[in-house]
Amino acid sequence: MNRNALRAFVVKELRHILRDRQTLTILLMMPLVQVILFGYALRSDVHDIRMVVVDPMPDHATLELQSRFLSSNRFRIVTTSKTPDIIEPLFRRGKADIALVFDPGFASHLRGTEPARVLIAVDASDPNTGTTYLNYTRAVISSYQAELSAANGQVRIVTETRMRFNPTLESVNLFVPGLIALVLVLVSALMTAISLSREKERGTLEVLLVSPLRPQQIIVGKVIPYLGLAFANVLTALLAAWAVFHVPFRGSVLLLLAESVLYTLVSLALGVLIAARTSSQRAAMLGAMLGTMLPSALLSGMIFPIASMPSWLLPFTYIVPARWFIVIARGIMLKGVGLTILWRETLVLSFMALILLAAAMRSFKPRME
Amino acid sequence: MTSSAAKLAEIPKTTKIANGFAIDARDLTRRFGAFVAVDHITFDVRAGEVFGFLGANGAGKTTAIKMLVGLLAPTEGVAHVAGFDIRTEREQIRRNIGYMSQRFSLYGDLTVRENIRLYGGIYGLTPGQIAQRTTAMLDTLGLSSNADDLVARLPLGWKQKLAFSVALVHEPKIVFLDEPTGGVDPITRRQFWELIYTAAARGTTVFVTTHYMDEAEYCDRISIMVEGRIAALGTPTELKEKYGAESVDDVFVRLARGATKGEEA
Repeated sequence: MNRNALRAFVVKELRHILRDRQTLTILLMMPLVQVILFGYALRSDVHDIRMVVVDPMPDHATLELQSRFLSSNRFRIVTTSKTPDIIEPLFRRGKADIALVFDPGFASHLRGTEPARVLIAVDASDPNTGTTYLNYTRAVISSYQAELSAANGQVRIVTETRMRFNPTLESVNLFVPGLIALVLVLVSALMTAISLSREKERGTLEVLLVSPLRPQQIIVGKVIPYLGLAFANVLTALLAAWAVFHVPFRGSVLLLLAESVLYTLVSLALGVLIAARTSSQRAAMLGAMLGTMLPSALLSGMIFPIASMPSWLLPFTYIVPARWFIVIARGIMLKGVGLTILWRETLVLSFMALILLAAAMRSFKPRME
Repeated sequence: MTSSAAKLAEIPKTTKIANGFAIDARDLTRRFGAFVAVDHITFDVRAGEVFGFLGANGAGKTTAIKMLVGLLAPTEGVAHVAGFDIRTEREQIRRNIGYMSQRFSLYGDLTVRENIRLYGGIYGLTPGQIAQRTTAMLDTLGLSSNADDLVARLPLGWKQKLAFSVALVHEPKIVFLDEPTGGVDPITRRQFWELIYTAAARGTTVFVTTHYMDEAEYCDRISIMVEGRIAALGTPTELKEKYGAESVDDVFVRLARGATKGEEA
């Protein structure tokens, strides 16, 4: 009997959502539009690869190779140095994409028995474009090697690569996890807060609370349909990111979806709590914006790196669910790691979900003032 | 006042509906801080009667009704609804009552049929029962051809009648109506009362608040609340005789004039 009551209630919620076509369309399109807008706005251009050259003993071969990079029209040498310590700061500030480090005596090695060595370091905070840079670089070097070999007999250039991951750099890839976090909090917290406060405003909640439906069932009934919508949003965002920007997906899709459900539950509970504490739809909407959307965008590390925040602000980031979810989503999507690495963040989110859901259910005790 | 208090004192302190009382309240009180919204009210509602709960706006009607349906906890006093304690047996009370709040309680973005199905489902009716009662209800209301219209598109009078019928979909023992006819034209009000009589004839106890005094004449018994207290209780005829008044409206004006707190709350 209780199950039927809940089912009747969920069906009602689904009808509310499906019948409000405009809102539904906006909600479904949002991840797509956001991924495309953010993606293009932040896209790095592969036609302008900024290169740092470290050439301790410039000779004819190293200079020749540099001029080949320049003439390929894809590369721009931002700086040349004799020591490699300039690479790190340039990468960190996002002033260079790739570094070419020649061994001393490169030209002489080309003719000797020892191979000529060159190190390629790539800023792979965006692993996809990083790989593209690397491939272009290798192509230039191997065509030079092929020409030399054809003219002078076998020469050996050994390239060594280092992919540098720089988390402070923004890119499409880093943004997609953040976007998912933002879209989920928007759909879950904002929409539940609105839908619940609407029932409060119209007086229908009172009638529900007088019915045998338990407050917990009302919450669950509200939450289930939005969980489905949130699921669709995650898939859309991932598909858009993959189809339009070829954002890689290294880890388990299933794990990401499961983590998204966890994060959505946290957001939904926040939405319920906001609705419980506000008395109109408008107030609930503003509350959800201020209480969930802004922190999710600003304090989560999505736009502003947490590492560069003032120390007094740091404790506040710990209570922002998006902060944890973004670490998880970036880990799964970009690094391909699983729960063995992300268990701590997952635990934090689970803990938040438990506490907030319990608080949300308590907040809808029928004894209202 | 003293005579009605004496009369009430004779009534045994019952707890079960079997004794003939759908509702009994003893010294039911609700305070909001220093303000006493409902001040020690004591009354009984007999099973099957239409009980009018009258009072000016702010007299405490809605607060009282909220305590009876379990939306507000009483500060003091005891009350039973359908034989169940309002403090400890809310679960059982909910299954046995219907409630139509002051505000329109149906969903405008659902159709007539969907609204009935929703409340039928919430009250645990089987799909068979829901289908059968939907047909019967639509027939009675003359809404059969509008079954698949969105409720938002119905005229207000029809909405109110539909909301009332939906509050009865699970055939509750008692139905609470909080100002059900607010803002409705006289003809629809008349039709609405016909529905109330039909329900009462089937044995449903009707507890109705209103501030339309002409409606009070339709009730079996009425109570008049003034400043959180029950100032008068009896059949409309009894009260008119007692106060030497022409109509319930006159009785009401006489009682309200004695009020000192004015428009508070």
